[in-house]
Amino acid sequence: MIILGIESTAHTFGVGIVKDEPEYILADVRAKYVPEKGGIHPREASLYFMREAPRVIAEALQTAGLRMNDVDGIAVALGPGMGPCLRVGATIARALSVYFNKPLIPVNHAVAHIEIGKLITGAKDPLIVYLSGGNTIIAAFVAGRYRIFGETLDIPLGNFMDTFVREVGLAPPYVVKGMHQLDKCAEESKEKKILNLPYVVKGQDVSFSGLLTAALRLVRSGKAKLEDVCYTVREIAYSAIIEVSERGLAHTGKKEVLLVGGVAASSVLRSKFEAMAALRRVDVKVVPPKYAGDNGVMIAWTGLLALKHGVTIEPERAYVRQRWKLDQADVPWGDP
Amino acid sequence: MTKPMYRGETPKIIALGAEAALIKHTFLGMPAVYKVRLPKPYRDPKLDLRLRSERTATEAKIIHDLRLAGLPVPALYYVSLSEGLIVMEYVEGDLLRDLINRRISGYVDLVRELGKVIALMHGLGVVHGDMTTSNVVVREGTPYVIDFGLAKYSSELEDVGVDVHLFIRAVESTHYDVMEEVTIAFFEGYASIAGEERVKEIKEKVKEIRLRGRYVEERRQKRNK
Repeated sequence: MIILGIESTAHTFGVGIVKDEPEYILADVRAKYVPEKGGIHPREASLYFMREAPRVIAEALQTAGLRMNDVDGIAVALGPGMGPCLRVGATIARALSVYFNKPLIPVNHAVAHIEIGKLITGAKDPLIVYLSGGNTIIAAFVAGRYRIFGETLDIPLGNFMDTFVREVGLAPPYVVKGMHQLDKCAEESKEKKILNLPYVVKGQDVSFSGLLTAALRLVRSGKAKLEDVCYTVREIAYSAIIEVSERGLAHTGKKEVLLVGGVAASSVLRSKFEAMAALRRVDVKVVPPKYAGDNGVMIAWTGLLALKHGVTIEPERAYVRQRWKLDQADVPWGDP
Repeated sequence: MTKPMYRGETPKIIALGAEAALIKHTFLGMPAVYKVRLPKPYRDPKLDLRLRSERTATEAKIIHDLRLAGLPVPALYYVSLSEGLIVMEYVEGDLLRDLINRRISGYVDLVRELGKVIALMHGLGVVHGDMTTSNVVVREGTPYVIDFGLAKYSSELEDVGVDVHLFIRAVESTHYDVMEEVTIAFFEGYASIAGEERVKEIKEKVKEIRLRGRYVEERRQKRNK
């Protein structure tokens, strides 16, 4: 079985082609929208997607050495994400499905991050820590779905980090040589000072909006060195994530942790996770940077799992769902 | 830990949670629980110390305040902020959860009593944060509330509502078949202290909390099964 998958939920228009046997990944082509300043502008991103889409699809097929007729299904991320961006991928997928008479497979973007992580790291039944620009979720598979044990009550970790470095003038670019500007700035703190900023964990959930406001106010007051604020902010944010993950482990009894999503690439965060995991005697598995960010391969792979379980959608019913939460997506293939 | 006056029985680990270790032992000859918030290697040491001592202080202060107000909570024996240690009374008894499950006679009265205790606690500006029937120990007919690890000072209706909501949700999942009489008894007890008006207000809040986000979805799933 060969599936073509389309990702267009935020900044990346990606097309992946996968097969149900090794080497699994036949093509992985991406076009990433990089704003000149500020964050992602959904309309600008969607216009960019429209310009790039034909080339990306053609290149993916070419890389795989396939024609559309060789493909058994079209998978598309219908959400969660930004409306204008999602609509580009959905429109193209519907058109391909109808024109080439291929089944259309709806994929939840968050589920796809998890499934590609499982494929690549070999994780079987992990506690999932999903950290990206748009998501901060601690989840585990229970009875047919990835159930959420903890999440952010306001802004996601990646969004928090990006907003902070942007507001203090360190970004864009947000990531340089695989290192986030927040990590880079924090490393410059010589004294490793912990300033008085709020640490908010409520049960299983985290909250970053108060920390963001307080940290920006502190920087603007000029009463602390920027690198010390960076260090404190990073330590607080990462510790909060690990604390709720540890609670998730204690609660679910899972024996491995799988880190997925764009922010999982941070080596500092990873080493902190490893310290926690050693304490609880569990394994940490991290999606390698190449597949940690948004891509079409994860959509194609999840689409393949879904199609094998008969999950398809009629093109005329394939609406985008901007707020399609992780725990609202059925995962009939999920039993470990 | 330092080496204080351990005497009597050998220490026994009761629970090893994400937040703290609970050890049953004695303190000056009395049965005691040692709750230790252990250092976390993944946290900056200064941040680690700050969090452990802040949380230890809050928990100890809350237990102490409630005890001084005459509520059935463990007595506070000893606190060390730098060690993240609280030593408190070991309340010998049965978990309310088990008593309800065994349907012992008078379990409804116990829940009514608990409703009174929780209403008094909320009246003192404290919310528990993890209100389940597993966190209530019954000794000589009195329901003792334990584990204030997630408790905080708050009089906001939102926080009070969450406390009550957590309790109801726990009852729903643990004591499904007697859910109705347990819930009614809880609110009877609560109203006898806080008044019917306040209970109405809290019930409204709980309804609002339950309609938020994923709880609604969870209920829909249950129906479809």
